[in-house]
Amino acid sequence: MYVRSFQYLAPKTVKEAVTLLNKLGGEAKVIAGGQSLVPLMKLRLATPSYLIDLNRVKGLDYIKDQKNRILIGALTRHAAIENSDLIKEHVPIMAEAASHIADPQVRNLGTIGGSLAHCDPAGDWGAVVIALNGEVKITGPRKDRVMKIDDFFIDTYQPNLKKGEILTEVRIPKPQPNSGGAYLKLERRAGDFATAGVAAQLTLDVDGVCRYAGIGLTALGPTSLRARKAEKTLLGRKVDDNSIEEAAEAAAEESKPTDDPLRGSAEYKRAMARVLTRRALKLALARATGGGA
Amino acid sequence: MARKKQLLETAETYVSVSMKVNGVPCSAKIEPRTLLVHFLRDVLGLTGTHWGCDTGNCGACTVIMNGKSVKSCNIFAVQADGAEIITIEGLAKDGQLHPIQEAFWENHGLQCGFCTPGFIMQAYWLLQQNPNPTEEEVRRGISGNICRCTGYQNIVKAILTAAEKMKR
Amino acid sequence: MAVSAIFGAKVKRREDPRMITGRGRYTDDVKLPGMLYAAFVRSPHAHARIKGVNIEKAKKIKGVVCIYTGKDTEGKVAPVPCAWQIPNADLKVPKYNPLAVDKVRYVGDPVAVVVAETPYAARDAAEAVEVEYEPLPAVVNQVEATEEGAPQLYDDVPNNIAFRWTLQGGDVEKAFQEAEIVIEQDLINHRLQPTAIETRGAVANYDPSTGELTMWMTSQNPHIHRFLISVMTGVPEHKLRVIAPDVGGGFGSKIHVYGAEAVVAFLAKELCRPVKWMEDRRENYLATIHGRDHIQHVRVAAKRDGTILGIEVKTYANLGAYLSTAAPGIPTWLFGLMLCGPYRIQAVKCEVIGVLTNTAPVDAYRGAGRPEATYILERIIDILARELGMDPAEIRLRNFIPADAFPYQTAAGPVYDSGNYEQAFKRALELIEYEKLREEQRRAREEGKLLGIGISSYVEICGLGPSRGVRATGFGLGLWESTTVRVHPTGKVSVYTGGHPHGQGEETTFAQIVAEELGIPIDDVDIIHGDTGEIPFGMGTYGSRTTPVAGGAIALACRRIKEKARKIAAYILEAGEADVEFEAGKFYVRGSPEKSVPIQQVALASYAAGEGEIPPGMEPGLESTVFYDPENFTFPFGTHVALVEIDPETGQVKVLKYVAVDDCGRQINPMIVEGQVHGGIVQGIAQALWEEALYDKNGNLLTATLSDYAVPTAADVPSFVTDSTVTPSPHNPLGVKGVGETGTIASTPAIVNAVVDALAHLGVKHVDMPLRADKIWKILKEKDIAK
Ligand SMILES: Cc1cc2nc3c(=O)[nH]c(=O)nc-3n(C[C@H](O)[C@H](O)[C@H](O)COP(=O)(O)OP(=O)(O)OC[C@H]3O[C@@H](n4cnc5c(N)ncnc54)[C@H](O)[C@@H]3O)c2cc1C
Ligand code: FES
Ligand code: FES
Repeated sequence: MYVRSFQYLAPKTVKEAVTLLNKLGGEAKVIAGGQSLVPLMKLRLATPSYLIDLNRVKGLDYIKDQKNRILIGALTRHAAIENSDLIKEHVPIMAEAASHIADPQVRNLGTIGGSLAHCDPAGDWGAVVIALNGEVKITGPRKDRVMKIDDFFIDTYQPNLKKGEILTEVRIPKPQPNSGGAYLKLERRAGDFATAGVAAQLTLDVDGVCRYAGIGLTALGPTSLRARKAEKTLLGRKVDDNSIEEAAEAAAEESKPTDDPLRGSAEYKRAMARVLTRRALKLALARATGGGA
Repeated sequence: MARKKQLLETAETYVSVSMKVNGVPCSAKIEPRTLLVHFLRDVLGLTGTHWGCDTGNCGACTVIMNGKSVKSCNIFAVQADGAEIITIEGLAKDGQLHPIQEAFWENHGLQCGFCTPGFIMQAYWLLQQNPNPTEEEVRRGISGNICRCTGYQNIVKAILTAAEKMKR
Repeated sequence: MAVSAIFGAKVKRREDPRMITGRGRYTDDVKLPGMLYAAFVRSPHAHARIKGVNIEKAKKIKGVVCIYTGKDTEGKVAPVPCAWQIPNADLKVPKYNPLAVDKVRYVGDPVAVVVAETPYAARDAAEAVEVEYEPLPAVVNQVEATEEGAPQLYDDVPNNIAFRWTLQGGDVEKAFQEAEIVIEQDLINHRLQPTAIETRGAVANYDPSTGELTMWMTSQNPHIHRFLISVMTGVPEHKLRVIAPDVGGGFGSKIHVYGAEAVVAFLAKELCRPVKWMEDRRENYLATIHGRDHIQHVRVAAKRDGTILGIEVKTYANLGAYLSTAAPGIPTWLFGLMLCGPYRIQAVKCEVIGVLTNTAPVDAYRGAGRPEATYILERIIDILARELGMDPAEIRLRNFIPADAFPYQTAAGPVYDSGNYEQAFKRALELIEYEKLREEQRRAREEGKLLGIGISSYVEICGLGPSRGVRATGFGLGLWESTTVRVHPTGKVSVYTGGHPHGQGEETTFAQIVAEELGIPIDDVDIIHGDTGEIPFGMGTYGSRTTPVAGGAIALACRRIKEKARKIAAYILEAGEADVEFEAGKFYVRGSPEKSVPIQQVALASYAAGEGEIPPGMEPGLESTVFYDPENFTFPFGTHVALVEIDPETGQVKVLKYVAVDDCGRQINPMIVEGQVHGGIVQGIAQALWEEALYDKNGNLLTATLSDYAVPTAADVPSFVTDSTVTPSPHNPLGVKGVGETGTIASTPAIVNAVVDALAHLGVKHVDMPLRADKIWKILKEKDIAK
């Protein structure tokens, strides 16, 4: 409950923040929503000597409509995404996913940037941004880097961030017409981290043939995962019970869950990858074709 | 190393914070590691805000910060510098209970009372967001708070009653 | 007793105004000038020898005042006593040091304590204390702990067996000889973490000039804590004052005496400065008692018509690393005595093996022994019904003790006070529309849906308890209760009670009792509790005892006051005492109600004590102190019914409907009764579906935070339908029975029965709790339902 002592730094700009982080190196941590970091600090599992607060940095908290993309500032709170009209209009799967993260109080502070940068395979945003084929912008002491979300997750708690770098923006391509998505999460109790979760996003052409398929998996591997084979199974095919079943099977195969004494065996989670993928795809299909809630 | 030292000197061991708590401006010098919940309880003596876990799960520490409900154990006081905070002590006005407080009383929405301030503050925010919640919405809206005594039924009833009262 | 508008009314609680405004006062709210903070250094090993403790680094941390190790406090703070020494069980009580000396025996075992100027410094220094351990093999499972070659926790407790206890009633051999069918089943009643939302803690303050030590602490029973902490610290009992202010839930976990609180008292005395210690949640989960943890084997003898003839139970009870205060009594007496349940079972045999393991101590947690007994009966009766092709409702009806059989002597020992089990049962089935549900279930099955209906009938022993009975079980003290009811000259009343409600609402219901008995407005009555400096020696609140026992004491005290007041009134009214009636707070002469005197005037007269005011020779004043020792326990009962649905693909269980019909005798405040039932139900459902204290093989607690230990939220449970029947207890002045634990006792088997019922057509006979989704899925997979 009582965290170890640290020095507090509150930069006003991204540049300042990056400079501080670069100078202080591994002894410093940035804090965004704090909803993952502070609990770890209270348990003394995280003991940074310096805390660089991003909350006073201007211009990191936004949801913008930019032509064929939605831009989301790293400091945007889960609740802001949950309630954003822009999000609901273009990428309703994000609003749906946000509503499954933690609980209302945590959503009022927790940020999408912090969640992705935390690289917790049980974090919900990873799978969703994967399904939407999003990118992240990284700002550091040198040039900005933009990378596909897939390249951002290196391993558990290991984001693709070099010394002094922070995640500053999440970029989501706007889905084409006839798209639909769904995020389904299996949890022990409300607000729990996922036992397993699946994000599915589909775009169909007029004949019901799949033009885009994005499938992301939560808590089913060392990081949030892309179910690549499952996506391939669907691309160019009519999305129906058969192809969905094949995709679900593929997603289960691709998942890399581990045994968890609290939430279930690897075998169980793998089976849930199949069930949730099937259900999420069916829901996404219904939504892409104008049905579904 | 020298650079680091320099930074160390600019970053003080103690920091000043000021915020408005229940409309009253207050400030203090504290260690940066002071959690907001400890600041409220130990520095300001506002012990109505409780705490019950290390991991941000129980919600006993819920307060309103700049209009939003937050878990005051999951944020450092220094981060709330300049903020407006409402705690359970700030809800009743001129000795008049807030309708949510009344409703908790009338509907037996508390037993040991330890979780109660957190639930009331969360309900306060929830009803601002959604003045007409369904039972389901109330249950989800308070899912960041844990009560070990009541089984939730009367808390839910209290919040639904409060919603009605607040419309009048 | 006349039922007035106040007794039996849904009076709003008087404890609420302070709590809803943030003015409740809990232990952590106590702040004293010059206060220091303590933090414990706890073992990361489940079993290890302590080779050395190095405090040099820790001592240098700014703000640190002192550090004590187990060696330092040895001889200064006595070992934690075990207060329930069950007889005829070859009980071994190993030494339970407040701070470990040579060996640590569970993860969380305290090794040293640090005192500092701030809680931060205390924590920093605790982290900096270097303890050298020599790890030893650990054992966490109670059956394994008794096997050849298992790690031994103590030299003087062979095979880690702390006791072997047996209970036998009726002719068990005959029952099994005459049986037409015998059912056997292994059952696990797993370990739980009580999880009061307020953790444990204490503030101690010593005044060297008077030698008085005052403690504020999270306690369900301040006098028991004073008594035992006095024994442990040597602070004389009359110089030790224990104040249990508002307490944020207990559920049993704040009954017990732990080393930590005694160490805090010792520190305050040593340092002559106030010392505060509060657990964080991790500490609470590691070192505050856990509950349940039985591995059971059950045999039941029955006839083909469903009549149960006898039951035989063998239980391995995990007691953890040390014997906590009441630990030996919980899995024995409070368990074995209830093994007949609400049924006419003529023969019972129960063997309990109490085992020490490298886990946190296990003791009373809401229900304490009775849920474990009820679970056995309610599971086994369902299994039997299925075996016989009977409906689970029908088999219960066949076995209930009939309403005309009370008082009823059970084979297990207790004499049940009163009951009408069938009535509550029928009401519950009617409310949930049992027949219709069965029909719905049949249809659902055809569609591949998995619906299940679970019934659970129970009777509970509570209102603990008649002192002779309790002492015969080896409990350290009698379980009577005390009160002083004091009517002041202006007719206001202060009630001092030995009960210590912490959520149960007795500040309100006790005032209702007084208002009813003395006809005094409820607002003129104050209930004072929780402070050994103010109240007579009392036993506290647990075991659903406060209303029947402490409430009984108050009713008796009021009646004694009334008798004295009647004499005074007769004197004032110049009438014969026999001619004076009392109603609604007024004494009047029978037949002429206009000649009356209100009790307030009598009160004033009793203090004025002059000529024409009280009869010559009468003692002045109007108060009564009563130590009430009930003649028997009370036995609330009821039936709960649950409807659940299982997701055939994920194995997730959802509770769709829940009906509870409880009978706790007369109800002083039905609103409070209902609240107790609601909370109990959720705790019981939580055990059935989610909560489980999990240790790995090495004795690491995997559920040491509230994010790992899955306590349900409002979004995980439905609304419940509650109703009640009223069968007064003849054994106490109020006819009440107690309702604090009924919900927890009844709901766990109701849910498990419902889930097994949903799977019954697949040939599933039993599933051990918690019925986590992954576990159910595995079964569905084996049965080829889930893929
Ligand atoms: C009770 C509870 C339940 C939760 N349940 C869920 C859940 O169900 N699903 C879920 O997804 N999450 C859950 N969370 C976590 C929550 O969503 C967090 O908000 C999120 O994981 C982290 O975001 P944050 O902004 O709070 O990050 P912080 O806690 O501030 O930071 C997390 C990590 O990321 C780093 N970091 C933060 N921002 C940046 C940045 N811009 N660039 C580089 N590094 C950065 C920090 O240094 C730190 O290491 C839960 C949290 C709590 C307390
Ligand atoms: S103390 Fe539990 S959520 Fe803040
Ligand atoms: S009233 Fe006790 S925890 Fe909610």
